Amino acid sequence: MAEHHSSYVPKTGIERWIDARLPIIRLMHDSAVSYPVPRNLNYFWTFGGILMFMLVAQIVTGIVLVMHYTPHVDFAFASVEHIMRDVNYGWLLRYMHANGASMFFIAVYIHIFRGMYYGSYKAPRELLWILGVVIFLLMMATAFMGYVLPWGQMSFWGATVITNLFSAIPVIGDPIVTWLWGGYSVDNPTLNRFFSLHYLLPFMILGVVVLHVWALHHVGQNNPTGVEVKNVAKDTVPFTPFATVKDLFAMVCFMMVFGWFVFYHPNFLGHADNYIPADPLKTPAHIVPEWYFLPFYGILRAIPDKLGGVVAMFAAIAILAFLPWLDTSKVKSGKYRPTFKIFFWIFVVVSVLLGYTGSQPTDKVVLALGGRTILDMVGFAQILTVMYFAYFVIALPLLGLFEKPKAVPASIADSVLGDAKAAK
Amino acid sequence: MADHTMSEPNRRDFLFLATGAAGVVAGGAAVWPLISQMSPDASTIAAGAPVEVDLGPIGEGKAITLKWRGKPIFVRHRTAKEIEEAKKDDAAALPDKQADSARVKAFEGKAQEKWIVVYGNCTHLGCVPIGFSGDYNGWYCPCHGSHYDNSGRIRKGPAPRNLDIPEFAFLSASKIRIG
Repeated sequence: MAEHHSSYVPKTGIERWIDARLPIIRLMHDSAVSYPVPRNLNYFWTFGGILMFMLVAQIVTGIVLVMHYTPHVDFAFASVEHIMRDVNYGWLLRYMHANGASMFFIAVYIHIFRGMYYGSYKAPRELLWILGVVIFLLMMATAFMGYVLPWGQMSFWGATVITNLFSAIPVIGDPIVTWLWGGYSVDNPTLNRFFSLHYLLPFMILGVVVLHVWALHHVGQNNPTGVEVKNVAKDTVPFTPFATVKDLFAMVCFMMVFGWFVFYHPNFLGHADNYIPADPLKTPAHIVPEWYFLPFYGILRAIPDKLGGVVAMFAAIAILAFLPWLDTSKVKSGKYRPTFKIFFWIFVVVSVLLGYTGSQPTDKVVLALGGRTILDMVGFAQILTVMYFAYFVIALPLLGLFEKPKAVPASIADSVLGDAKAAK
Repeated sequence: MADHTMSEPNRRDFLFLATGAAGVVAGGAAVWPLISQMSPDASTIAAGAPVEVDLGPIGEGKAITLKWRGKPIFVRHRTAKEIEEAKKDDAAALPDKQADSARVKAFEGKAQEKWIVVYGNCTHLGCVPIGFSGDYNGWYCPCHGSHYDNSGRIRKGPAPRNLDIPEFAFLSASKIRIG
């Protein structure tokens, strides 16, 4: 698809004038109108568009929230309440922004699992995939810093715990933490810089998204069969109207879920403790990060050693970037890999269960026999952590060697129209 | 030009290298303020000046939490029985081996064993442990389950070190200066 030629024909004099000087309309036409998309894309392929919408929604609501928020330890909490009570539609804007973060992560997790199931990370899409991992990391940093801004109890203690992760680094750990804090503890300088970075990072995400989309449009989209486009005329349809309308429909469905949270359960995904102003002298009895960090938090707590836990947690994210080389199978799509499918779904369940362990107290009993604890939450998380990493370093490399995949269709058109042809 | 590149280093090569080196130094000098501004500023450092604490009001078997440099500091007045236990545990399996005597300070040559002064932040990830709780009746951190004894030594859980002891000194038998 790299050879996709521009089919843009300027219709008016003004368009011709612009096209000769800055072919921006041509660029938009080629990437959003005539751009050929595989004709067999399913609804899992609509999440890229949904994510783009969520990013813009977060930036827009964020910019207006900043007009009323005060980044100072003495005023931050009150200014958020001021937004909720006094500012016109402030409650709506803040609930959209807070729940929008959660929706953003729901969409990105579906997007990531989609890529993992259909082998979207495989050649020639390795860089596309790695850029995605970079976006995911930036999203996590942005969400974390945003959660600190209301300066509630969870904000403060979340910031303390996460910045202390860096103290696990030998020798230079403590100076790094002091530098991150700008003081002897999480305090006003910390809040100020987090605010500055929380405003900056989304625009960096936007920049990497541009690269992500560029890479996508250069190599072309993967599709449920994992077979590359062979004949543009037969295998693809133009982006507009086919993909645009499908994306818009999916977006509307997604926004209904978003709206349900915003209007009916705006605090369901948050934590009640964050409505208590930050108190540096008292840690909430049960501190948990936001739900989207729970699987990684579960891994952190599973390792009894501090440095080991921090390394394992970051490794759990970093290992995603190596996926293109860990998966040795020549078949892209999980659809044609019967054994891979089983392991993939186990991996999904393991990830969700890791999130569950991260949300529970460490000493909670998981399995007891005759009054004796066989397995507590830490032990359970340890088993799951081993399974998580085993998927990447054992299952995927070996599956490619031993699995016998099913026959892959000759082309995308075949997979869609094959049955129809056979019926004739 | 072709034979120039093969010949001895000439004046142009020197100028290239010198310019490059100067550029690197200038770049570093330009970036340094951007990095350094994030370190604690003068007002933060000034606000972290030493404080004096009167130990008089803290009864035996009681503890107070005070805030210094934005962090909690525990000052605990141990009972004779607690001191006894802590000393006995010197021989126990300690993840961060340290004798109880090394965790108290002396005044005029006499060890003030009843006073334990520690930072109130778990050495794991900085949460504030809860006093008089946990398996060793010292402190228990609710975040990730670290247990400390009454000397502030880590006994069980993910924390790597004993509770840190701030810089402090006895000014009299009932007064300390922290910092």
